[in-house]
Amino acid sequence: MITFERFVLDNGLKVLVHEDHSTPMAVVNIMYDVGARDENPDKTGFAHLFEHLMFGGSINIPDYDEPLQRAGGENNAYTTNDLTNYYCQIPAENIETAFWLESDRMLSLAFSKKSLEVQRKVVCEEFKEHYLNKPYGDVWHKMRELAYTKHPYRWMTIGKELSHVENAHIDDVKQFFFKHYRPVNAILVVAGHVTVEQVKRLSEKWFGDIPMGDPYVRNLPKEPPQTEKRVKEVHAAVPLDALIKTWHMDARLDKGYYVADMITEILGGGGSSRLYQQLVKEKQYFSNVDCYHFGSIDSGLLTVEGKLVKGVKMEDAVAAIDDEIQQLTTSLIDEPELQKIKNKTESVIAFEDMSIMSRANSLAMYELLGDASMMNTELQKYQDITIADIRQYSQQIFQPHNSNTLLYFAN
Amino acid sequence: MINRTVAPPITDAVAFDLRLKPCDRYTLDNQVPVYAINAGAQEVVMIEWVFYAGNWYESKNIVAGTTNFMLKNGTQQRNAFSINEYFEFYGAYLNRSCYNETATVTLHCLSKHVAELLPVVAELLTESIFPEQELAIYKQNQKQRLEVNLKKCDFVSNRLIDEYVYGFHHPYGKYTSTLDYDAIERTELEKFFNRFYQQGTCRVFAAGKLPTDLDQQLNRVFGSLPLNSAALPEINYSLNPATEKKYRIINDKEGVQGAIRIAQPFFNRHHPDFPKVQVLNNIFGGFFGSRLMSNIREDKGYTYGIHSYLQNHIHHSAWMISTEAGRDVCEATITEVYKEMELLRQEPVEQEELDLVKNYMIGSLLGDLDGPFQIIGRWKTYILNGLDEQYFYNSIDTIRKVTADDLQTLAQQHLNPEKFYELVVV
Repeated sequence: MITFERFVLDNGLKVLVHEDHSTPMAVVNIMYDVGARDENPDKTGFAHLFEHLMFGGSINIPDYDEPLQRAGGENNAYTTNDLTNYYCQIPAENIETAFWLESDRMLSLAFSKKSLEVQRKVVCEEFKEHYLNKPYGDVWHKMRELAYTKHPYRWMTIGKELSHVENAHIDDVKQFFFKHYRPVNAILVVAGHVTVEQVKRLSEKWFGDIPMGDPYVRNLPKEPPQTEKRVKEVHAAVPLDALIKTWHMDARLDKGYYVADMITEILGGGGSSRLYQQLVKEKQYFSNVDCYHFGSIDSGLLTVEGKLVKGVKMEDAVAAIDDEIQQLTTSLIDEPELQKIKNKTESVIAFEDMSIMSRANSLAMYELLGDASMMNTELQKYQDITIADIRQYSQQIFQPHNSNTLLYFAN
Repeated sequence: MINRTVAPPITDAVAFDLRLKPCDRYTLDNQVPVYAINAGAQEVVMIEWVFYAGNWYESKNIVAGTTNFMLKNGTQQRNAFSINEYFEFYGAYLNRSCYNETATVTLHCLSKHVAELLPVVAELLTESIFPEQELAIYKQNQKQRLEVNLKKCDFVSNRLIDEYVYGFHHPYGKYTSTLDYDAIERTELEKFFNRFYQQGTCRVFAAGKLPTDLDQQLNRVFGSLPLNSAALPEINYSLNPATEKKYRIINDKEGVQGAIRIAQPFFNRHHPDFPKVQVLNNIFGGFFGSRLMSNIREDKGYTYGIHSYLQNHIHHSAWMISTEAGRDVCEATITEVYKEMELLRQEPVEQEELDLVKNYMIGSLLGDLDGPFQIIGRWKTYILNGLDEQYFYNSIDTIRKVTADDLQTLAQQHLNPEKFYELVVV
């Protein structure tokens, strides 16, 4: 049970406090309700580029990192297709430094041209390092474009192409900031060796006078239900053939999401999972196989991917995966297999909750989804899932017309 | 209105009274030492069995790593699937890793399941049989994985730089080819298992919300095994660093980045200067605010990240600078790295920068000690390196007291480009 208190400043900033006095540290976590899905299709990669610019100096403080490090703190940030999150960990005595820094960059960035110029290059190198200069690095670019026709999940957080980032202009930066980085679109979570009273005082002091901003009304194009199966072949300079297949699944708050999450565990969670045992160990069609999803807020993709053992034919590999999927739609899994997944979920949650950093991040995430207290009811949602639910949901999503397959051939 | 241009007052982190929580120590009946940290709010534990069964002790490439990997692939009583199923049913994770000197088996689980899981860990450590079929699958898949990795410039550069620094016949410098996998036979694994696991030298580290009778449970399950019954062989390897210092390699003609590695052989933690060098390294390239990062990422935009560090080995170390940079700016990046070395040699670090780094290091140390797994991790490093908590307090003392002059002297001794190996792999 994770306890917290919540209050809202007059400018709409939501503040959550989680006290834990067993640590000498404090965490200040700010989540902004903006991700790559909120980008203009011609200016993709912007939310993430923006995350970099947030470290390029704010209106009253030329350098973000230096004062934080001087106070013994560390920080980082990440951007997903759904949201952007900034967090720092600092000795609790010096927590006001984090309030000072975070509030000033919410008030306004410095919008330095030099910072934009440099970070464009840095992000381009990040793009190259992770997506261009690695074998199979473009798999998700291609899969997103195949699986989504309308919804902005069709591009990656890093951006659709290098040129979008290279062409980012300072006016775009300003516009993006004042649209999304406002108190009314943000959630502040403070966790660790702090008190609610102290956080109230500091939040009012540092964030209270920041103009509210306009609430951002998200109105994203809906992805129409897929009606025909899609298959795309790719030929590339890689050593092994690979296969990646996805099915559209439910959005984060729907019941189907939890069932889909359990299905990924049944298929790909560990050495006793079905795909590993059948396809890697018994049939030996794949040298590795994974099953996962990204935890997307809007409707995401349940994914199976693997690299083929040399000499195995692509059509045999595809058929073998389909066989395993078929099993889930026709027969019921047995009780111990379901229990195994539930036990694992219980354990994953317990380990996740060990650090205040992770607790602060989860509280912000659930608050963004609607209510931070969902963090405490999450496990029950998994416990309630039945054998019949698994089969029923498998029948629903594992239909050929809901599938996207990328056949990735080695040249 | 508040004045936002003025920073709130801070307590200097160097003034903090940092304490390393002492660990409980006891020995099992067979003299296996156990180190334990009982702390934390979540009902979880981590138990690690550390064997002196790393690459150092193998007489043929990858025997140690393969033996370690295959501990989960079959015993006299269970096949690989049932072993995995058993641990996964309890929501537990059983991982194994092979390092240079040591090889480990690590259990993460909910505290309430420890009693069910320990006997099966013991079974793996005493009754593993290394089935031929499992070995064949392992070889096939590892070879494929290696083939993919060899396309990556960072992977290739990490192998080569270690070879230059230590020599290919040193455990720290050698690496694997697909031929090594073909050459492995299961009898070699059995032999290694018998010598370095069944009778091997073992230490146990445990942390988390520990069952109150964990000592008795461990003793019941592991205390009568023949662990520690064969003395560890004394094996010495000579270092054989390369004579040529500079390398440029094209691994992928189409590559858009180069992996840059710049390294020199260095002393280990037992050298009295080691803690001071850690401070110098932090200033140079050890954290986000370091000079390499500020110059090469934040000013020039040549890379997504650049870091320097001292390799975490027991016998010898190397001081390493590592980055992936745009293909056309690799040489410019290297020039800037040497410029930063020169600056550290020529000019004393300014007090303000030094104070910042000291506070940062103490603050992050405080953060690193937050939680039972972190605390036992630090203890493990000390114990495996033959150190004690005095090392922790000495390091803190060094961070507090080290002066700009000390650091400049060290830079003049150690940060000389001619001592470094230099490699770019595109």
